[in-house]
Amino acid sequence: MTKFKIKSLALALLAVTFTGAVALAKDTVKIVFIGPMSGGNASNGVGGNNSAQLAVNLRNADPKSKYKYELVTLDDECKPNIGIQVATRAATDKSIIAGVTHYCSAVAINTVDVYHKFGLPVVVWGAILPEITYGNKFKEIHRVNGTMYDENETSAQFLAGLGYKRWVAIYDTTDYGKGLLKIFSERVTKAGGQIIGSFGVGADQQDFTAELLKVKELKPQVIFFAGLTPLGVRVRAQMDRLNVDAQFQGVSGIMSQSYLEALGPVAEGTLAFHNGAPFESLPGGKMFVAEYSKAKYKDPAEPYGPYAFVAASLIMDAIEKVGPNRNAVRAELNKTKDKDSIVGKISFDDHRQHSVVATKYVAQDGKWVRWEDSEYASGKRKLKGLTGN
Amino acid sequence: MRSAIIAEYVFNGAMLGLMYALVAVGFSLFFGVLNVIKFSHGDVLTLGAFSGLVVYYGLTGIGLDVPWLLAICMIIGSCLVVGFVGAVIAQGFVAPMREAPPVNILLMTLMIGAVIREGIRLFYPNGANPKAFPTFLPTSSVNFGFAQFRLDSIIIFVFGIVVIVGTSWLITRTRLGLAIRAVAQDSETAQILGINFRYVVLATFAFGSVLAGIAGIMHGSYYSEVNFGIGLLLGVIGFSAAILGGLGNIYGAIIGGFLFAALQTVWVVMFPSASGYKDVFAFAFIIVAMTLRPTGLIAERRSERV
Repeated sequence: MTKFKIKSLALALLAVTFTGAVALAKDTVKIVFIGPMSGGNASNGVGGNNSAQLAVNLRNADPKSKYKYELVTLDDECKPNIGIQVATRAATDKSIIAGVTHYCSAVAINTVDVYHKFGLPVVVWGAILPEITYGNKFKEIHRVNGTMYDENETSAQFLAGLGYKRWVAIYDTTDYGKGLLKIFSERVTKAGGQIIGSFGVGADQQDFTAELLKVKELKPQVIFFAGLTPLGVRVRAQMDRLNVDAQFQGVSGIMSQSYLEALGPVAEGTLAFHNGAPFESLPGGKMFVAEYSKAKYKDPAEPYGPYAFVAASLIMDAIEKVGPNRNAVRAELNKTKDKDSIVGKISFDDHRQHSVVATKYVAQDGKWVRWEDSEYASGKRKLKGLTGN
Repeated sequence: MRSAIIAEYVFNGAMLGLMYALVAVGFSLFFGVLNVIKFSHGDVLTLGAFSGLVVYYGLTGIGLDVPWLLAICMIIGSCLVVGFVGAVIAQGFVAPMREAPPVNILLMTLMIGAVIREGIRLFYPNGANPKAFPTFLPTSSVNFGFAQFRLDSIIIFVFGIVVIVGTSWLITRTRLGLAIRAVAQDSETAQILGINFRYVVLATFAFGSVLAGIAGIMHGSYYSEVNFGIGLLLGVIGFSAAILGGLGNIYGAIIGGFLFAALQTVWVVMFPSASGYKDVFAFAFIIVAMTLRPTGLIAERRSERV
């Protein structure tokens, strides 16, 4: 073999090795997860983050994936001012292509302008205030977890159907609480019920004895609570202290493991309505549960975890198809229709909102049990406020 | 029925007032002896409640299940922790800055409070979530004819009253109380007369913090729940109550605490649909009261400090 031939062969080998290495090394694409990683709602934020991270890990393990994905996690603390700060940080970072954003409605509604201004496409995974999608025409904002309309429609119809007539509302005075009260009042009035009193309370308020004694005077059958877990725990615990004998009806914001743990037996019989269905009833629920437990996360996924998983998956699907470009990803997400996911088919309407059918839950023996599967539905246990109507 | 509800309003308002008063007395003691406002006081209350929880889980973990003994151990454990922390804050941070501008001490104690609060959130297991506070008192109802109250509520209330009376006794009838009052009136003369200034300051800060710790245990027991943020608003309200009563005077602080709770309760009773504004109303009242009586309800010239 001549010297020239050896050199040529060596060069050819080098070229093959180099192109092969290029083909193997995938570009890294960043997506952001924003939720409450600290504070009283952290359990939901951590569950959502784990679920989104699980989606990213599964995609990275898929050899067919064109990119390597990196999830950047930011803590909005469930506070609007902090939410705007971290949303701005994510939106101004051009290496971040899209976001899985917000559990708290009060935060999500305040950050939509930021995402629109900087053109960052996001998929909301937990916040349910309708105005987040229906209050604007921002093509960057999508949502997979339904809205308060879905949740309140189900709750009003269900409780009126059980025979309840008189409600008192205790709501936190954020956009979240006020939004829930407004929609529930409309729905329950249509269903034949009546709100005989409503009490606005601060999100950091600790004592509710004065409000609850007033509630006691009004003698409602149901106390409708519109707020998040920390406040819900306090209100329910103080109802017990003051012997307020009414059915406690919560919203998706209290449906967490920490609500049950903090209240113990007092939580028994609490009703809640959630756009998230039990994992095992979801089309991809078994796979999600199996992968989540395989990943050995310390904290549970919480009910909105699967939606965070879906939001991250939708974003990565879009990036796979059109590449890591914000405008292209936004346009691709906008077109989502009948797309299979672990929570069923996802379709966005003209406000990029996916509607869901809310699920009814009741706290039974320290667990959130689907109403249909509970001993309350079978008649073995009784809800409060229905006797002697 | 109406009288039963009124009695419940009065009782629960008084319970709230008792907790505010315990916090306010701490503020008044600190201001009385060192002319400082210790803004970490509310967070010391939270620390007291969580220390009680740690003691509870520690003792139940080793098999102790006697309710009254658990309750006593929780109170003692909590008092020891917060008393020590109070003394450390005084010795390590407040006393060395005694000659510094008041705003420096205010800021420093504010930051110490943030460290305590965030420390609980980060280092207590799942500290960000609300925590169930153990029920170790009997929960049966006691019928007074005109109203029914839970026995544990009555016990907590009586315990709070005993602590308030005990505080008054300690300040007015003991040598330590005499020394505290002497330092509060004129620290230099008190030192010339042989009173150990450093000891009095440390004892006052430890004692004031113990009161906050007790308020924390009462808060947890009464509401059956604690969270890392309970001290934030309680601290602000306790401070406001101390100002309302006359900062530096413990009786003023007690009156201020009960008055603040009464204002909140009356607002909710009168304007239930605007209950969210009860704090606005109470704090607005404080602003007006401060304008009309800048030295508080018990004016300093007519009262003895501490």
